[in-house]
Amino acid sequence: MQSSGVSYVARTAESANLVYLDNSSTTRPDPQVIRAVNTVLEHDFGNPSSLHRLGAKAERLLDESRERVAGMINAEPSEIYFTSGGTEANNWAIAGTAASFGKERHMVSTTVEHPSVISLLDHLHEEGWEITLVGVDGEGRVDPQDIMDAVTEETALVSVMFVQNEIGTIQDCREIGRRLLGLGPRRPRFHVDAVQGFARLPIDVKDWGVDLLSMSAHKIHGIKGAGALYIRKGVRLKPLVFGGGQESGLRSGTENMPGIVGFGEACRVWSEDREEVMSRLASFRKRLITGIKSAFPDAVLHGPLEEGVAPHICHFSFPGFKGESILHALEARNVFVSTGSACSSHKAKPSPVVMALGRSEAEALSSIRFSMSRNTTEEDIDRAIEAVAESLKELSAWRKK
Amino acid sequence: MEELLLIKYGEISLKGKNRHEFEGALLEHIRWVLREHPGARLEKAYGRLYIHSVPGDVKLLSRLAKVPGIVAVAPALRVENDVSEIRLAAVEAAKRALTTAGASGKATFKAESRRSLKSFPLKSPELNHQVGSAVLTAGLGLTVDVHNPTFIITVEVRETGTFVYWTEVKGMGGLPIGSSGRGIILLSGGIDSPVAAYLAMKRGVALEALHFWSFPITGEKSKDKVVRIWRVLRDFDPKMRLHIAHFTKIQTAIMESCPEKYRVTVMRRMMMRVARRLAEKLRALAIFTGENLGQVASQTLESMAVIEDTAGLPVLRPLLTYDKRETVELAERIGTYELSCLPYEDCCTVFVPKHPVTKPRLELVREAEKDLPVDELVEECVGGIETLTH
Repeated sequence: MQSSGVSYVARTAESANLVYLDNSSTTRPDPQVIRAVNTVLEHDFGNPSSLHRLGAKAERLLDESRERVAGMINAEPSEIYFTSGGTEANNWAIAGTAASFGKERHMVSTTVEHPSVISLLDHLHEEGWEITLVGVDGEGRVDPQDIMDAVTEETALVSVMFVQNEIGTIQDCREIGRRLLGLGPRRPRFHVDAVQGFARLPIDVKDWGVDLLSMSAHKIHGIKGAGALYIRKGVRLKPLVFGGGQESGLRSGTENMPGIVGFGEACRVWSEDREEVMSRLASFRKRLITGIKSAFPDAVLHGPLEEGVAPHICHFSFPGFKGESILHALEARNVFVSTGSACSSHKAKPSPVVMALGRSEAEALSSIRFSMSRNTTEEDIDRAIEAVAESLKELSAWRKK
Repeated sequence: MEELLLIKYGEISLKGKNRHEFEGALLEHIRWVLREHPGARLEKAYGRLYIHSVPGDVKLLSRLAKVPGIVAVAPALRVENDVSEIRLAAVEAAKRALTTAGASGKATFKAESRRSLKSFPLKSPELNHQVGSAVLTAGLGLTVDVHNPTFIITVEVRETGTFVYWTEVKGMGGLPIGSSGRGIILLSGGIDSPVAAYLAMKRGVALEALHFWSFPITGEKSKDKVVRIWRVLRDFDPKMRLHIAHFTKIQTAIMESCPEKYRVTVMRRMMMRVARRLAEKLRALAIFTGENLGQVASQTLESMAVIEDTAGLPVLRPLLTYDKRETVELAERIGTYELSCLPYEDCCTVFVPKHPVTKPRLELVREAEKDLPVDELVEECVGGIETLTH
């Protein structure tokens, strides 16, 4: 039906014209990533465990990708374990830690974590673990002192996200990690969900005192189905997946070679010009905020204005309007965004993250996230601002007074 | 011994002069179902249909069970009208019953014979006896239980041969599609309207589904949800089409020019006007809805009367007296319930004011829509309808 009549050529033309500002949901694979993935699919299709030379080639590609990922966060390659993505990495860090302790203890996290963390903590709570979720300020920032105050002798894990996926607030993970280090050898483990900041912002696991760190490929122009967990040397984590002993016996299952090689390639692409890209996005973010505020003065920006926020995420509420309607009106103008977190937007529930900032339900229901990538241009931003102005005008009859 | 499918159709055979028409509609539907079985051959007898050359196709059985007008479908064995052959077929039927039912050693059976060929030398009780003794002496370990048997071996002696079967799949009954004319169903994507559609189809109505889509208030996914529901309903009527009307402009006009508390009433009246125009084009005789008495504020008798005012055709509500629980149970059986529960919003959830009027008065509603360019809006909406056929 809808798509059957659309030829491939028409699709290509359409996608060239898109203003894609939903990069925190997923990114468009980089052309160099696609080339690397295709080479794996067409030629280097061996299994890294095979003894023949196709297997050897695959293993070399695997090692190379591991080095590239490790290089992004100042880790050793042997500390990188490939997973199916960010959700598995988060689950493994938390559930694997829980399993390592034999009896129920205590974990500390925040109220603005991703569902792959929050729902697992809920589950552990039902299993008898004590969970403390530390609140955030009006811009989504957690106070490292609040984390430290929540830690007890029973605390097995502290899990804090690096960049908040809906509003872009950066948590001071370095400060939290260093304070935890100060607790000495019996300190809790420190896990960082870095899916939204990885590759785009500098991360140094050694300097920060991080034990576990989650990453995902498709948020940085890799492909879906690949991610990694950094496990600091010396940290013993129980596996979740058992089998043929891949990934040093900690994550069995034949490696997702196209995904992993694409992940490595995406890291290489970012490592070449990260600072330049991110300073460009920081100026785009300013431009977007100014433009939207002048198109619609009642718009409310969530998260910090400039300092302590990831340059690629920008989240507004348009009080009185429904987020989903704005999204579709923008889509009709070829501008693609999301309402809050894409994972929760089908529920027609107010964004829990916006609610956690202490905002009203009306604001949490009318929120739109713009998220940029290395492909975003100044023209994209200007077209988005224009589309927002037009969309709000189109929807004005539907605005709740 | 031939294997075939035996189809029972009940009510149609009672319908006197219309019988031929009804049987024609049923045959056409079954032929459509059989289009993926080019070898299959359809044979018609009084009150029975036989499908040859499709042995043991379980998928086909369940598809036929969804054809309105079919009372039951049974895999059957056909033999000549000869007692020794019937005995052999009965033993074979018992073996099949044992394997398909997975019955244990304690299984019981009962023989049931029918004789529409009166010249057959044995009367029904005698034939039952023959069938019973054949199965009992076959070494299958079966015993007879006339009150509560594990399975029944049915023997039908007819002019064209004797048919023996041991199990049957219940069909949906009712009347063949088209035998009750054409109707429009307002399909929202909620739980109720697909069930109303099912009930209308069951009574032989050839339906045209009409969905009101409110882009950009809702998105592609809410349209896709309705498309998926429609595809489930097409199992009961493969020719049912889905008409998608772009409704946002009408709703926007209502929000701009009508008092808030009348919004929903006026919107439903506009839907009826669009449905009526579509019905004229498609020669449909009635408008079906999933409305239910008292379920939501707008579904009062007062509201229904005011809404119906613009329909110009009978508005039929198969679920009028259903409790929610009954509707949900039926939706689960039909297979639309889970789809209906997908969370994409339909236009109504955005549109409904805090205090809609529950007992509207016609003259006040007409007054409320006086600034609405009704004809223009309806014509534009009907002109923009997109129709899906597959």
